[in-house]
Amino acid sequence: MDLALDDTQEQLVATLRAFLARHGGPEVVRAAEDSGGFDITLWDGIVELGLPSLAVPVVAGGSGASAVDQVLISEQIGAGITPVPLIEHLTATAVLGESGADIAPSLASGTEILTFALHPSQQGLARLVPAGSTANTVIGLDDDELVMVTSAPPVGPVPNLGGGPLADRDLRSGERITLAKSVQAAHLYKYGVARWQLLIGGALVGIASAALDQAVAYVKERQQFDVPLGSFQAVAHRLADVATEIEGCRLLGREAAWLTDEGDLEAAEVTAMSYVAAAETAQRAVAWSLHFHGGYGFMLEYDIQLYFRRAKAWTLALGDPRRTYQMIADIRYGQVGTTTANGGAWTSA
Amino acid sequence: MDFRLSPQSDAFRVEVREFLAEHLTTEIVERAHETGTVHDWTFHRALAAKGWLAASWPEELGGQGRDPYEMIAMREELALAHAPVDGMAITNMIATTLLHVGSDEQKARYIPAAIKGELLFSLGYSEPDSGSDVAAAKTKAVRDGDEWVINGQKMFTTLAQEASYVFLLARTDTNVAKHKGLTIFIVPLDTPGIEIQPVHTLGGERINITFYTDVRIPDSARVGAVNGGWQVMTVALTFERGGGGKGQFDNVLHHAEEWARTTAGAGAAMMIDDPLIRERLARVAAQTRIARLLGYRTAWTGAQGRLPGVEGSMHKLYSAERFVEACSDLLDMTGPAGVRKHGDPLAPGQGWIEHAHRHAAVTTIYGGTSEIQREIIAQRGLGLPRAR
Repeated sequence: MDLALDDTQEQLVATLRAFLARHGGPEVVRAAEDSGGFDITLWDGIVELGLPSLAVPVVAGGSGASAVDQVLISEQIGAGITPVPLIEHLTATAVLGESGADIAPSLASGTEILTFALHPSQQGLARLVPAGSTANTVIGLDDDELVMVTSAPPVGPVPNLGGGPLADRDLRSGERITLAKSVQAAHLYKYGVARWQLLIGGALVGIASAALDQAVAYVKERQQFDVPLGSFQAVAHRLADVATEIEGCRLLGREAAWLTDEGDLEAAEVTAMSYVAAAETAQRAVAWSLHFHGGYGFMLEYDIQLYFRRAKAWTLALGDPRRTYQMIADIRYGQVGTTTANGGAWTSA
Repeated sequence: MDFRLSPQSDAFRVEVREFLAEHLTTEIVERAHETGTVHDWTFHRALAAKGWLAASWPEELGGQGRDPYEMIAMREELALAHAPVDGMAITNMIATTLLHVGSDEQKARYIPAAIKGELLFSLGYSEPDSGSDVAAAKTKAVRDGDEWVINGQKMFTTLAQEASYVFLLARTDTNVAKHKGLTIFIVPLDTPGIEIQPVHTLGGERINITFYTDVRIPDSARVGAVNGGWQVMTVALTFERGGGGKGQFDNVLHHAEEWARTTAGAGAAMMIDDPLIRERLARVAAQTRIARLLGYRTAWTGAQGRLPGVEGSMHKLYSAERFVEACSDLLDMTGPAGVRKHGDPLAPGQGWIEHAHRHAAVTTIYGGTSEIQREIIAQRGLGLPRAR
């Protein structure tokens, strides 16, 4: 058992944190909301740090980072609610790599942004694609083909709860390459969804963590009835519950990533568990944090609403999080109607 | 980063399972369940013969030098099998405490016998008026020459009916701040003046109230300094939370999953095919995994040489609170038959889910209530100010 980050991981996280502390922050997030949910200067800095190539194998010119490394990065992206399509790019490049297709250097580096449609298209139309209004290239499932389509993104995102660059993309126009068909296409689509679960799960842990930090800072300062709010057990105890859940989710997300790196058979189940746990925890964390800010928390000029909106929006990109439990059940118990017995032996949870 | 326990833990887990298959008879499990005495001498001595009553101690002290992860694996397997090990747990905690703070005479007198399975300790902390506020203990010990005379009462003295000694927290000074006037004594339970009254619980356990009327013990029974009892108890408490849950959470999920797999649902489907059931089982499965990881983190923190205060509190808080909710929901899933008791062939999960639901209520209370854990997390983990 070793839960510590190694030196490379410590460095990776520290570098990104320092970068975001310097170049990110709530003002940058707000400005991005007014300009399509994407900050190109910030993204250029992310490209310079080499982060978009983390999911690209070394043979294809990337840095071939582990899933654990990518989750650690995602936690920081989430904590900063950073307006860059890094998680989209990491997910999509992972799918591209898994498909065996060549990865152009511009995609590997992030000079060209690649994204992944999380839901199968409807008559060729992929709805509300994350980074759909910033990425030139989209990978998506169109009927029984997994395709990669390069076309001009629409001008401006669909206005949305999270202020992010969501847009519909037509998978049947522009330059279209078929990456895979039928069984292989379905496999790659599932692979992409699982990778998204892992990384956005990490980001949601980051959002929850940042929301908690803000709540703790606020209730230490804010006084009512001549004492700090944080000295009331109703407040402190709730924050203790939230802090506990966050640490639990953090561990589960990192375990899921580690199992993925190990090629362990449990990886899919634990990834799904980590994702839905993070989604639920993030929702509670931002809700309680906003609540403990009192009336100020409800004002747009206070930052907690930025987190509140993204905890929900970043979760809804993949759909109703509760449905993930059916996915977990399918893995644990077999598909409905198959009643797989496990011989009475223990299935580790 | 590595989420495997330890290379030895898998092998030890197998060894423990084989041991249980041989030594933990249905009879033993049933008797513990019926009587509410969560201890069996035959089983206890079999554990002692394997050297497992102090398996984590260094070999030169009578242990086997097993790592924290092997101990977690052992505890998990014992819980999964419903092994009655309260006596083992309490006695190991006290013996380990004596290893750190006992006199040479106390170590020689109690430790070998404890790890050979010849004697049990019980705990005398709580009183009718002091549970969480343990420092408010009123049971008095008054010095009389070379002896002390004890008068008072202790609640929840688990296994006093089987134990040889009670590890007793007594008030020895009423003129100082309450936690500064306490002393710990090892009191033989056959000393004249001690009365043991059984108490029966919602979870089916039998515990005790113990009464002390002019109980005389020698000064050699004192553990640590006069008025140094708070420090001794603090040491004991660090050994109460070893990280890694008791495995009861995994146990109830296992029974619920078994029930769902083997019980017909609506139409031709099994219960395990019902989306509502699938969601609830999957949710509990995720929660048991998180609970287990928080326990592993506690053990890992300790193995790094750091005191896992906040980590231990998070693990205890999360596990107990989720366990209570899960037992209620899993029992609900089983429908009207859920009220049937263990022993009834029609009881879902052999009645173990019903039992777990009743037992769960104490888990947010013992070992430090959820509120105490939240205080620790809030103050030491988040740096929030104390309530005034």
